Amino acid sequence: MSYLELRRVSKSYGAGLTEVRALSGVNLAVERGSLVAVMGPSGSGKSTLLTIAGSLDEPTSGEVVIDGGALSSMSRNEKARLRRRTVGYVFQDFNLLAGLTAAENVSLPLELDGISAKKAYLAAIAALEELGLADRATHYPDELSGGERQRVAIARAIVGERSLLLADEPSGALDSTNAEAVMRMILIACHRGVAAMVVTHDAQLASWADRVVFIRDGRIVDQTAPPPSPESLIADLPAPSPRQ
Amino acid sequence: MSVRHALLAFLSEGPKYGLQLRQEFEESTGEVWPLNVGQVYTTLQRLERDELIESDERGEEAGPQKVFRITKAGRKELDTWLSTPSDMTEPPRDELVIKVLSALRVPGVSVHDVIQVHRRYLVELMQQWTRLKEDEADFDLTFSLVVDAELFRLDSVVRWLDAADGRLKRAALEAPSAKPGPLIRRRLVARR
Repeated sequence: MSYLELRRVSKSYGAGLTEVRALSGVNLAVERGSLVAVMGPSGSGKSTLLTIAGSLDEPTSGEVVIDGGALSSMSRNEKARLRRRTVGYVFQDFNLLAGLTAAENVSLPLELDGISAKKAYLAAIAALEELGLADRATHYPDELSGGERQRVAIARAIVGERSLLLADEPSGALDSTNAEAVMRMILIACHRGVAAMVVTHDAQLASWADRVVFIRDGRIVDQTAPPPSPESLIADLPAPSPRQ
Repeated sequence: MSVRHALLAFLSEGPKYGLQLRQEFEESTGEVWPLNVGQVYTTLQRLERDELIESDERGEEAGPQKVFRITKAGRKELDTWLSTPSDMTEPPRDELVIKVLSALRVPGVSVHDVIQVHRRYLVELMQQWTRLKEDEADFDLTFSLVVDAELFRLDSVVRWLDAADGRLKRAALEAPSAKPGPLIRRRLVARR
């Protein structure tokens, strides 16, 4: 069963003559351990899709199901708990708190969830270590490079037992080397079983995904086929190990 | 691609056997551009004829066991090639561009659909290339450079499709006189 499922999700803003339809009947599923990219131009509805998938916003109609649970049947508190424990968000502008160190930024969501400060800190250090940032744990965001800040944001998004990673243009302002590092981090999370969805207009970013879904004017118009063997491109090369 | 200059570059490191040159060529391009053995030896013969390289046994067929070295003239030719930008003044006659322009004229054809079919194809190709660099354990500098070049090339085509899609959408919302004006045509002609 899919970990994240969007069923006929529509979203409108305003009403009557001023109604703007951001999403129309979107069906989308993301499995555990897989990375899905939603690719489309500005204004195509991809950010709305992400916020609805992460329960930060509600659909006008349709249903979002995370790990078998329909969001529409959850109370506000249940949804808040889901956001704290299950969903990790990564945004283009990192959204790190300037007054906290890298490790404190990462441990904050766990502490908010009632985990002891010490346990949360240890989990944060483990997440930072996994992303190769252990030596940056005590640095403040303004002491980190853009690429490092985004990796801290990814550590924060996957800390604890979070199993759904949602990212909006996660490499937006980064150069291509750092963008690649960010996508590698997201893939590492996927290899651990996290279901990830990235929305982007950038084909190079999208090409890291197992599946690319194309969105236009709030509708899903197309998607890539399951990848053939890379050997079809370069006959002489050994095939890379399959994911998962 | 200039096999001729690539071979000169390998010989600039020191004298080499024909077989060695072929291997080095394939390795240096991350085996993305396999080269047939005949092509290497024909090119070596021509380079020798043009006195850009020399071998111990002149007149003999270029073969795997023959040692080649670069001449002064060869080194000069190589330096000139490296420091001269490749000619990019003429836009290539890109079939995709022509296809999209043609689709605009064909009744009953959705240009957006034409664009999307190509966009998906290109992104699928990019996924395959990206998959090749996923495993960092296999990191190889030359290979990574070749893969990056291919990804940026495909990416630039996707970007053009995105831009075309956006431009056509805007044009459809505005006045229906979206034909290219004479000014644009004159400019293109003037640059040739």
